[in-house]
Amino acid sequence: MSVPGGHAPKSASLSTEMAADAPPPPDVRPSRLILILCSFGAACGLALALAFEWTQPRIDAHQAMLTEAAVREVLRGPDHFTPLYVSGGTLTATAPAGADPAKLDRVFVGYDQSGKAIGFAIPASGPGFQDNLKLIFGYDPATEQLIGMKLVDQRETPGIGDRIEKDLAFVQEFAGPRAPIEGVKAGRGQGNAHAVDMITGATISSRAVIAIINKRVQALAPALQNYTQQQGGAR
Amino acid sequence: MTATRAIEDFVDPIWRNNPTFVQMLGMCPTMAVTNTVINGFSMGVTTTFVLVGSAFFVSLFRKSVPNEVRITTSILVIAAFTSLADMFVAALAPTIYKALGAFIALIVANCVLLGRMEAFAQKRPVGRSVLDSLGTGIGFTLGLSCVSAVREILGNGTFAGIHLFGPHFQPMLIFMLPPGGFLALGFWLLFLSYLKARKKGHRRVRLWPVVVTRRKVAA
Repeated sequence: MSVPGGHAPKSASLSTEMAADAPPPPDVRPSRLILILCSFGAACGLALALAFEWTQPRIDAHQAMLTEAAVREVLRGPDHFTPLYVSGGTLTATAPAGADPAKLDRVFVGYDQSGKAIGFAIPASGPGFQDNLKLIFGYDPATEQLIGMKLVDQRETPGIGDRIEKDLAFVQEFAGPRAPIEGVKAGRGQGNAHAVDMITGATISSRAVIAIINKRVQALAPALQNYTQQQGGAR
Repeated sequence: MTATRAIEDFVDPIWRNNPTFVQMLGMCPTMAVTNTVINGFSMGVTTTFVLVGSAFFVSLFRKSVPNEVRITTSILVIAAFTSLADMFVAALAPTIYKALGAFIALIVANCVLLGRMEAFAQKRPVGRSVLDSLGTGIGFTLGLSCVSAVREILGNGTFAGIHLFGPHFQPMLIFMLPPGGFLALGFWLLFLSYLKARKKGHRRVRLWPVVVTRRKVAA
């Protein structure tokens, strides 16, 4: 395309004007920007790594302490207990080779002073009203009865849903009923061995706890039965 | 920017330019974690830690960081301190960590942080920046504690876990729920504007219609 000669100076002046309006070119070389960002990133990363090294053992120790306290509570004070690993529908005393024991699905078997197994403490989780509920419950496969229940982590509405953890009358309901448990209105469960009185006003949270326990018991019942029979046969 | 004295840098954000009540910054934690005094106070202290730490480093390196990557490095430093705070609270105060939950990680998005970095730490010497951040942190802690005190006392009948009323106290549950955050903050703002109006010499101003009356009379 041919450009008329008369237009050339105009476009040239236009481009100089635009250049004057545009911000001045950065006086910092890109390599310097990259260097600065990288060194900041590296320094922050180092600080975080050091902090992680220092804090992680403490966080893990606290978690282990919470788990132990919860197991003791839901088994009503066992003399001692040992973890079992759930893998492929069976319970094993040792973790399968190559797996991280902390990440495996675990249950805890509790013993009384004479060394007799008194039941299993089983961690379970599932959806609550606002977020996932994490709980642990005690279960005796011989009688199919629950021994106790404790919420480990919940974010239910303060004052309403969080009564599933704080209302001791509700928590006590989980000592004794037979699985599968069934939520009933408070006081309507006389004579029903499966009944658990729900909390008025916290129906969804109560139901969630019951559903989580039932689901977990159903999934684990064969494995628990097998394990108990094997142990009984060996003795 | 006018020159200020060091003491002003420290005191000003505590009361006269309080981040919660005057600057109205950092509203997310103000609504979310002020259901108990201990939560509100802990959140304030954690934010103060992140503020002071980031201000120190942002101010220390302010001359070697070019303008092009100014905000990026600020955010990087804030994020690093937030993660540090997250780990330290988890290791040292697990109960508080459980209550504050995800909101510690969200400190990184708190506008008080980037606000102080951009408005102050980028331009001033290290000592002044730390003083300013410390004042802002204390002011923020004060704000959160005030809001959470109202919420906990009315919504649960306790202050920092101590029962204040007898067993027949019926708590106003709404103050424990999310709307309670807005209500408590609103009442505080109303009360503070009332004090402000009184201070300006509007003797006849009454608390209730403070927002609508006596505004332009003096002018």
